[in-house]
Amino acid sequence: MKPAAFGYFAPRDLPEALSLVSTYSSDGKVIAGGQSLVPLMNFRLARPSHLIDINGIGSLSGIDAADGRVTIGATTRQRDAGTHPDVKVQLPLLAEAISYIGHLAIQNRGTVGGSIAHADPAAELPVVALALDAQMHVQRTDGQRTIPAAEFSLGYLTTVLEADELLTATSFGVPPAGSGWCFSEVARRHGDFALVAVAVLLTLDAAGKVGSASIALGGVGPVPMRAGAAERLLVGEAPTDPVLRAAADTVGADVEPEDDIHASADYRRHLAGVLVRRALTTARARAAVAGNEHV
Amino acid sequence: MSELTTISVTVNGEPREGRVEPRRSLADFLRQDMGLTGTHVGCEHGVCGACTVLVNGRSVRSCLLFAVQVNQQDVLTVEGLSPDGVTLHPLQQAFHEHHALQCGFCTPGMLLTSLELLRDNPAPTEAEVRLGLAGNLCMCTGYVNIVRAVLAAADGHAASASTAAGSETAESPPGALPRFPTGKEIA
Ligand SMILES: Cc1cc2nc3c(=O)[nH]c(=O)nc-3n(C[C@H](O)[C@H](O)[C@H](O)COP(=O)(O)OP(=O)(O)OC[C@H]3O[C@@H](n4cnc5c(N)ncnc54)[C@H](O)[C@@H]3O)c2cc1C
Ligand code: FES
Ligand code: FES
Repeated sequence: MKPAAFGYFAPRDLPEALSLVSTYSSDGKVIAGGQSLVPLMNFRLARPSHLIDINGIGSLSGIDAADGRVTIGATTRQRDAGTHPDVKVQLPLLAEAISYIGHLAIQNRGTVGGSIAHADPAAELPVVALALDAQMHVQRTDGQRTIPAAEFSLGYLTTVLEADELLTATSFGVPPAGSGWCFSEVARRHGDFALVAVAVLLTLDAAGKVGSASIALGGVGPVPMRAGAAERLLVGEAPTDPVLRAAADTVGADVEPEDDIHASADYRRHLAGVLVRRALTTARARAAVAGNEHV
Repeated sequence: MSELTTISVTVNGEPREGRVEPRRSLADFLRQDMGLTGTHVGCEHGVCGACTVLVNGRSVRSCLLFAVQVNQQDVLTVEGLSPDGVTLHPLQQAFHEHHALQCGFCTPGMLLTSLELLRDNPAPTEAEVRLGLAGNLCMCTGYVNIVRAVLAAADGHAASASTAAGSETAESPPGALPRFPTGKEIA
């Protein structure tokens, strides 16, 4: 249970980090919170030749709210993100999701960027990123690019990040005032990865009908997915119980989870429908009709 | 590859130095290099909580941190809880009085997790204590007495705080279990 030997670098600024990531792109690894990487190293499922520790780079950590977006630096601790006033007020969906991650000691160390880069299909943050149409900001020595959440994950623990690229920040669009939200999941024990996780965002127009709906799920496939059919069914309708139920019913039929040691595919499909219905109901209760946001 | 790096760490308030391989975990550094065997190592993958220590005042898994990563930082282990090495910290005293340990393997992690919990939330409900300790596994006690001990420590803290303020009477936090007689009271 001890990791294989490795060389260690603790760059102090981004250019130094990017050049190290590029130099060791074949067999080195970035370490952020280490809450996913170090268990893998202790089991020797990962044996990086070098670790590039990005925790000392001040510019990668912090939260910036401006122009209708909240941008969270890659090494911002999950706990700091979840308790930050701008996140609690402007992105309550994200704050709610973080409360489901592991335990306090994991959130104290684990980073927002680390969770998104790691891309566990049952992790909470990639599901929220997809629900909120987040943008991932990525840099390499000779350039940078921005990747929409919908294009970021490719498969189990696999993203479009190249080995010489560093995720520097994730930027979330702030939903319109009065939007209802809900993050919910079922896990075997508190703090475990979710069997199925659901993130919902709902806005109501001036007539009280659904103006927009965003439903993202985790744990139902190799990457988080949007429930497009359910979203389309909701928009333009009054969010009555039968309408929410009909939307949720399409989700169970749409997802194609797999059996694994934690749960059968059937059970996951069932959970997906139930969780979406419950999350929609909570989001409806939290939503305000457009124009009445402050009543 | 196994080059040694010199690190300086404040451990329980004292400046300490060590020479470590990068792969040396903080837990092994504390136990083997510093001789502080109070920090226990159970699962070595972040799940059991036995190795929990505070780094810069926050609970972390010392099995998932490398010692090189805490260079120039501040670490608190169970050995640092007692003010003088003899008197028990109020949390330790509460664990003692409420029979909150049997084999004691989980206890250091329970104590440090509870220390952070009570610092951030001095009057937690029982549900909050249970949630706060959910990441620390105990194979012996069934948790009931651990929860009682933490609530009692919170209660004692609240009592002394309000006595010091000289105003309100000490009340149990909402949801607290009744205070159990202390060892002294029974004797
Ligand atoms: C007991 C336990 C319970 C947990 N429970 C949950 C849970 O319920 N839900 C959940 O979502 N997670 C859970 N986690 C995982 C935790 O959230 C991790 O913190 C997270 O998955 C990874 O973030 P990190 O900062 O620790 O990344 P690390 O472990 O440091 O890195 C993970 C991977 O991402 C890469 N990486 C990290 N940062 C960057 C970057 N900026 N750019 C490019 N690549 C990068 C690393 O090279 C590595 O491959 C749990 C962990 C433990 C130990
Ligand atoms: S030994 Fe670190 S959490 Fe179990
Ligand atoms: S007292 Fe034995 S594990 Fe908790």
